[in-house]
Amino acid sequence: MSLLAIDRLDARYGLLQAVRKVTFAMEPGEIVALVGANGAGKSTLLRAIAGAHPLAGGRIAFDGEDVSQTRAYTRVARGIALVPEGRRLFPEMTVEENLQVAMRVGRRGYWTFETVFQLFPFLRERRRAIASNLSGGERQAAAIGRALMTNPRLVLLDEVSLGLAPVAIEGLYRNMKALQQGGATLLLVEQELTRAMSVATRVMCMLEGRIVLDRPAGDVTRQQVIDAYFGLRRAGGHA
Amino acid sequence: MNLLNLLVQGVLLGGYYASLACGLSLMFGVMRIINLAHGDLAILAAFLTFVISDYFDVSPFLALIAVLPIMAAVGWVLQRTILERSLRSGMLVPLLSTFGLSIALQNLMFAQFGADTRNLDVGDLSFSSFDLGGGVIIPQLGLLIFGVALALLGGLSMFLKHTSLGRAIRATAQDPDTAELVGINARAVYAIAAAIAVTTVALAGALLAMRANFDPYSGPMQLIFAFEAVVIGGIGSLWGTLAGGIVLGLTQTCGAQIDPRWFLLSGHLVFLAILGARLVLEWSRARGGLGALLGSRR
Repeated sequence: MSLLAIDRLDARYGLLQAVRKVTFAMEPGEIVALVGANGAGKSTLLRAIAGAHPLAGGRIAFDGEDVSQTRAYTRVARGIALVPEGRRLFPEMTVEENLQVAMRVGRRGYWTFETVFQLFPFLRERRRAIASNLSGGERQAAAIGRALMTNPRLVLLDEVSLGLAPVAIEGLYRNMKALQQGGATLLLVEQELTRAMSVATRVMCMLEGRIVLDRPAGDVTRQQVIDAYFGLRRAGGHA
Repeated sequence: MNLLNLLVQGVLLGGYYASLACGLSLMFGVMRIINLAHGDLAILAAFLTFVISDYFDVSPFLALIAVLPIMAAVGWVLQRTILERSLRSGMLVPLLSTFGLSIALQNLMFAQFGADTRNLDVGDLSFSSFDLGGGVIIPQLGLLIFGVALALLGGLSMFLKHTSLGRAIRATAQDPDTAELVGINARAVYAIAAAIAVTTVALAGALLAMRANFDPYSGPMQLIFAFEAVVIGGIGSLWGTLAGGIVLGLTQTCGAQIDPRWFLLSGHLVFLAILGARLVLEWSRARGGLGALLGSRR
């Protein structure tokens, strides 16, 4: 059974329809890279899956159960975690407290303080630092760590490398595989195509709220994705 | 009256203001609600304590133990029924709805209890004091109230800092949308915070009724004291609230020493002076600091 099944999902901002009839499914262990221009609806799609944005239509099934009408915190309890755009750490709390807050949901598993600090060793030294004093890379790592502390089965990562130094991005992508081995399924939004395609098992491209390309990473060229990205030629749906 | 004794009395009074302001500070800090019914809830708790103590013929302290959970429930229901709905419509609506609640509470209490002033009879505790010599006299009730305020603010501070629920409350206060994304039920957290806030209000109301007379219309004055303590101490800081309460208590006591009619006025003046000073500081900071500003005059 698919871990996540999205069926004709619509999401709006007022009159603007940001996501139009999006349908796809994800299997456990997949790493899906979601690419597309600004305003294509990627972030809205992720937020809708996490429960942070209301659906205007369609349904979301997680692990076979319809979660379309449930609130965000109950989806976290089921195993969906979003690392939001802008990181959104709790600014006046320490790194450690940010991580502890996520433990309240009570999903125990591979991810603990210890394993998160193994993943991001520099966070261990900064664990007593107030979140608003962190650098961009530290913030990103803390936000990912916070999401992992809920021991999610599906991690939604928005704008993975936005605002990060190249070294930090390098480290982060090395860790993607570790995440996957930790048992997580990943859906990541990424602007940097080469990196996204290097780690993903599958690439999806959104254009004006629709998915215009959805193929295994090994079965698609960079040029095909770029064409889909700009809408130059409909690259065909499923492979 | 000597100066040292004056300071002691002022600090003790400040303890009462801090206990009163604690709930207001918490509600504003977590939910961004200025609860204008704050004082009336304190008076409601005072009446409840009075009625229970009178009906069962027990000490007010015993009656208070029963009142605290009742007021916690009141806080929870208040959040779920009135405040939560008001908050969805912006900043102004909670002000209006709690103002309405304030009027309704005052008149309900008037209808039920009439205009008589009452107080809670705590026996000898009202009059007993420790004479430290040198003209310094510490009233036992005043000391008890100060101790309760310290324990309340200290306990609440520790709770927010070191418990899982406390962290969830702080996280929700800082960013409710993101709190939901890490598995916190923000609505439930708000309701719990409201319950805690109103419980502290109830405690302060009972303390008020032990140290002074109250009637159904005593609430608004208590709201003003609480509000002044919170603002003087700096919004969002519990220890600041204690400091604010003490500043207010000291000013009022000293003002009353000059002329009894200056008791209230001096407190209000200090409140205004501190607000004014903050505005000037902020204004000058935006222009490169007070020093730079003074230097650039010529």
